[in-house]
Amino acid sequence: MGKTVIEKIFQRHSNGGGEAEPEPGSVVWLDLDVRTARDFGGPNVVKHLKGNYDGNYLENPEKTFFTFDLSVPAKTIKYAINQQICRKFAGETGMDVFDVDAGIGTHVLMEKGIVVPGSTAVGTDSHYNILGAIGAFGQGMGDMDIAFAFKTGRTWFEVPETMKINVHGTYGWPATPRDLTFAVMKELGSSGMLGMAAEYYGDAIDDLSLDGRITLASQTTEMGGIIAFIPPDEKVLDFISGRAGRRVEGVYADSDASYAREVDIDVDGLEPMIASPPKPTDIHPVSELEGTEIDSVFIGSCTNGRYEDMLAAARILKGRKVRKGVNLRITPATKEVWMRVIKEGIVDIFMEAGAVVFTNSGCGGCAEGMPGLVGEGEVELSTTNRNYRGKQGPGSIYLVSPATAAASAVKGYIASPEEVV
Amino acid sequence: MEGEIIKGRIWVLRDGEGNLIDDIDTDMIFHNKYLHITDVAEMGKHALGNLEGWEDFPERATKGDIVMAGKNFGAGSSRQQAVDCFISLGIKAIIAKSFGAIYKRNAINSGLAIFEWPDMEEDKFGDGDIISVEPDTGIVRRDGKEVGRAKPMSEVQRDIYRAGNLFEYGRRQQD
Repeated sequence: MGKTVIEKIFQRHSNGGGEAEPEPGSVVWLDLDVRTARDFGGPNVVKHLKGNYDGNYLENPEKTFFTFDLSVPAKTIKYAINQQICRKFAGETGMDVFDVDAGIGTHVLMEKGIVVPGSTAVGTDSHYNILGAIGAFGQGMGDMDIAFAFKTGRTWFEVPETMKINVHGTYGWPATPRDLTFAVMKELGSSGMLGMAAEYYGDAIDDLSLDGRITLASQTTEMGGIIAFIPPDEKVLDFISGRAGRRVEGVYADSDASYAREVDIDVDGLEPMIASPPKPTDIHPVSELEGTEIDSVFIGSCTNGRYEDMLAAARILKGRKVRKGVNLRITPATKEVWMRVIKEGIVDIFMEAGAVVFTNSGCGGCAEGMPGLVGEGEVELSTTNRNYRGKQGPGSIYLVSPATAAASAVKGYIASPEEVV
Repeated sequence: MEGEIIKGRIWVLRDGEGNLIDDIDTDMIFHNKYLHITDVAEMGKHALGNLEGWEDFPERATKGDIVMAGKNFGAGSSRQQAVDCFISLGIKAIIAKSFGAIYKRNAINSGLAIFEWPDMEEDKFGDGDIISVEPDTGIVRRDGKEVGRAKPMSEVQRDIYRAGNLFEYGRRQQD
């Protein structure tokens, strides 16, 4: 019988790529191509390693990284100490650090070609499965699991069943890939992928750029999924190959692979959507909430901090002003995105629109480690992935696309991008 | 392996009406007000401290006992203490109809013997019964007689269980 993407990736990464067939429900020892820890989990990983082993902490320093993206640079003494613990450990063991200038760890791994289609990777980040955007297996884990992965280069994993999600239809501005993502979440809800792997297909998926794929893959966790693969197209393969410095190939499901479930979602004529607090899956058309007054706006995070997200915001903000009394903050996901925004003059558009605060690339307010939290009673529009109570401070968070976020910043209330451009 | 059979006195987690309790979450097992505790020896006295009718479990349980529970045992947060508090008391195994996914991973990594038994017939069991479970087969016996079959431990789970915990397993790999 044919295999799904996860079954193929797991077969190639267990038993030395041998004969055993990883079937749903079975547990495999998985060889890991990449393992990382961030500035939050990293110090505990170091503590576990030092407390349990006498030296020889890393199976392979070249496959092991720290990625600082939460408090960059450190905003508290505690974070400063924790980051220093990681840097010191890296110095002792020969592993590399993507330090406070680098940006969101998972994004950096893709940009640098460290994680490629078909890779297996684990890290201390609950959105690590965002790596499904390029057809790689990524999984967030606790610090004990990650310490073990640093030490042995392996982890154990129960092979999940796979569901197939077909997304069809055509749409255009003012709807964006974030709105397609909302449409999928509206259909599946918070447990629609619970404990499962997923594979995305359909013409609306084929049309997604890498940035759009990253947005879609970043919400797998909010639907309860383990991993959702977007099979890489030529554009994605070319991009990653260029970054990796070698030709990489995708891992694709067999035509006779067996799926536990199949879902069809129609996005024809999609309109901008919004998620109301405090649930990322409480999704409505923006038109239903149009006019609600807002205090602040954030554009960034692993969900919408890419170049195309910056462009969408710039399209709205060019020659316009952010409404007086509203503060708009923009955080590009990585240094690479940040630099492109500067070089292409996009930063000028943002600054001229007024009241725009840039922070260093990273997770932004989403992680409570960086500037940009919301106070009691404050209403924020955000392009992040979670609006749970207290996630970004005590205020209320509505989740939207960068275009809707920028348009609303101009208007001072929840507004569709159409009202502006 | 004969020596590997897990045998002990059971506690069946039932509510006041005698029904097996489902969805016991990590706050009922180990309340978040004790999350500052990092010493495993200290954790036992709070085990099930927030589960109605079972607050005195730490006084009643003795080393070597086995816990039986319903569906989705350990739902909720990723706190390791919800596993370690049972290890602290010397609980030998937890048998449940199913486990929360993170709880299951944490328990296996800690070397606590857990068994999934989706079709457990709980009416057959009462507090104080002595039962045994075979890790390789999942066979459950009482007074030497088979009373049913839980899912056997997976190979990986057995590897970690035999080593003691995930870190011990890693140490052996190094040697």
